[in-house]
Amino acid sequence: MYVAVKGGEAAIDNAHRLLADRRRGNREVADLGLDQIMEQLSLAVDRVMSEGALYDRELAALAIKQARGDLIEAIFLARAYRTTLPRFGYTQPVDTGRMQVERRISACFKDLPGGQLLGPTFDYTHRLLDPALAGDAAPETPEVREPDTAPMMRVSDFLGQEGLLEPAPDAADKPVPDDIARNPMSYPMDRDARLQALARGDEGFLLSMGYSTQRGYARSHPFAGEIRIGEVELEIAVPELEFAAPLGRIQVTECQMVNQFQGSAKAPPQFTRGYGLVFGQAERKAMAMALVDRALRATELGEDLTAPAQDEEFVIAHSDNVQATGFVEHLKLPHYVDFQSELNLVRRMRAEAEVRDETRQEAAE
Amino acid sequence: MTHLDAGREEVIATYNFAYLDEQTKRMIRRAILKGIAVPGYQVPFASREMPMPYGWGTGGVQVTAAIIGPDDRLKVIDQGADDTTNAISIRKFFERTTGVETTTVTAQASIIQTRHRIPETPLAPGQVLVFQVPIPEPLRFLEPRETETRTMHALEEYGVMHVKLYEDIARHGHIATTYAYPVKVEGRYVTDPSPTPKFDNPKMHRNPALQLFGAGREMRIYAIPPWTEVVSLDFEDHPFEVQAFERPCALCGAADVFLDEVITDDRGGRMFVCSDTDHCNTRQDQGHVGEQQG
Repeated sequence: MYVAVKGGEAAIDNAHRLLADRRRGNREVADLGLDQIMEQLSLAVDRVMSEGALYDRELAALAIKQARGDLIEAIFLARAYRTTLPRFGYTQPVDTGRMQVERRISACFKDLPGGQLLGPTFDYTHRLLDPALAGDAAPETPEVREPDTAPMMRVSDFLGQEGLLEPAPDAADKPVPDDIARNPMSYPMDRDARLQALARGDEGFLLSMGYSTQRGYARSHPFAGEIRIGEVELEIAVPELEFAAPLGRIQVTECQMVNQFQGSAKAPPQFTRGYGLVFGQAERKAMAMALVDRALRATELGEDLTAPAQDEEFVIAHSDNVQATGFVEHLKLPHYVDFQSELNLVRRMRAEAEVRDETRQEAAE
Repeated sequence: MTHLDAGREEVIATYNFAYLDEQTKRMIRRAILKGIAVPGYQVPFASREMPMPYGWGTGGVQVTAAIIGPDDRLKVIDQGADDTTNAISIRKFFERTTGVETTTVTAQASIIQTRHRIPETPLAPGQVLVFQVPIPEPLRFLEPRETETRTMHALEEYGVMHVKLYEDIARHGHIATTYAYPVKVEGRYVTDPSPTPKFDNPKMHRNPALQLFGAGREMRIYAIPPWTEVVSLDFEDHPFEVQAFERPCALCGAADVFLDEVITDDRGGRMFVCSDTDHCNTRQDQGHVGEQQG
């Protein structure tokens, strides 16, 4: 006697209790504090903040803890919380020329005003596992210089003076930027909306897309004009005040790619720009974003469209990992009804094919 | 720690009725109204992240959240059943965020959110059927670009769809689309009925209930107002037909319903039962019996 399976509700509750248990793991091991995650897994926190599009280290740390370290799940948690927050307004454009720089390098010039500052980078470390880290060995105290509040000129500004680098778009041309979280996206996109989508796009996806342009799929002759990481001031215009009100500081990573460009029917020979800006310390993401931004400007610059990285609908529609993971994983949901329909169809087509084979054989005999 | 200590409770307490804030609901209602005014047209809307994953019904959930009120009675089904895991999850979400009454009885619900089925019990005027839609664009698998398909809809250029159906007939002798079978709404827009089996297509035609479709990830809402003409695409010499089952439901004996195939043992044993659990239970309560009960 068949009885339809019931009890889905109890099963869900039990599964969630088991999940909570597994998340915590062995109770004899100390519970992980949010401060530990914020301090010692800070690059994971940065990634959750940038792709979750929510600048809040504490909430990002909570999301990482709750997601058992699954960063895409943590990003999803951050997004789903962010979407419930009221929108008070838009800040003034951030001036990265006035960034409190902790790292700043240029691959274009050996030396430049402000100097090359390596900062806290994995570059030039030898990737040898460090057994001392298995314990709690105290690191040496680092050398730090006095904070310098003077603006540090951007490499793009030097190049711009000579007119060899295309000018940056003027913020005054579009005083109110698009808002991809509040307006439905439509193609073709303006560059501001596209950059927003890239800024919260999946790091791995953008990395692969950017990499593909280096391997000849829309080669763009990139140079890392400048990468800088540091804190910038956020300000907001308040109608009652004559000056912009400061909101606080956030850490960002900016990458300006400088791309050699032979010229086209639409633009003269010059260096062109690809731009990346990401919350926190996220150099790989900012560089990949800049490569993809440049590739996506193909139509604007009159280049031939030959590669996936130049295809705006393809890149932007598939760059969001919250959307991608949801739709890929929804295949776990029941599809009995559609599968039943397909079963019936395949059975019918099989039966028809068998009849055809038999008639063919009979005809042959 | 700042806002977290101050309270998780405080944060949860600030979630609005039905989760979405009122401004977002108004934005979604405007999209719904536009959809009703232009039946079958896909209205872009600024879909929000929801606390369940994209692809798991976020479009339907947003539509329901935008229209639900304290006096509504909600039914949620997935694959026709009230007790499938995702249906339970969505029903619990609305119980928690709205406190409205829920039901499994089709006739008693004012809003029915569904994935992949239309209930067997005919709907009545005043009821709203909310579909969860994964890919709202019926032309998507013929033309992947949104910029192209929007133009095709604007120009009413639906030739590719007829060519696709014709190729099916040329190859197989019949149309080989069994679910998400395209329909033409009020003689204008070719529309995706969501991945319901084509068995359910005729129920959409001149249905007294309002049918709303939400696609969260793809950011589209569309609507079929009550009593609207909905025609499944076909050819004069190959008219549209629905699936037929060889046997009636093994539990309630219904013959004119969509059936799920259930594997009962490891020796090829199988039985067919109603996919619509409420319909099946109601019939059994009324004394109908299938071969298994007999």
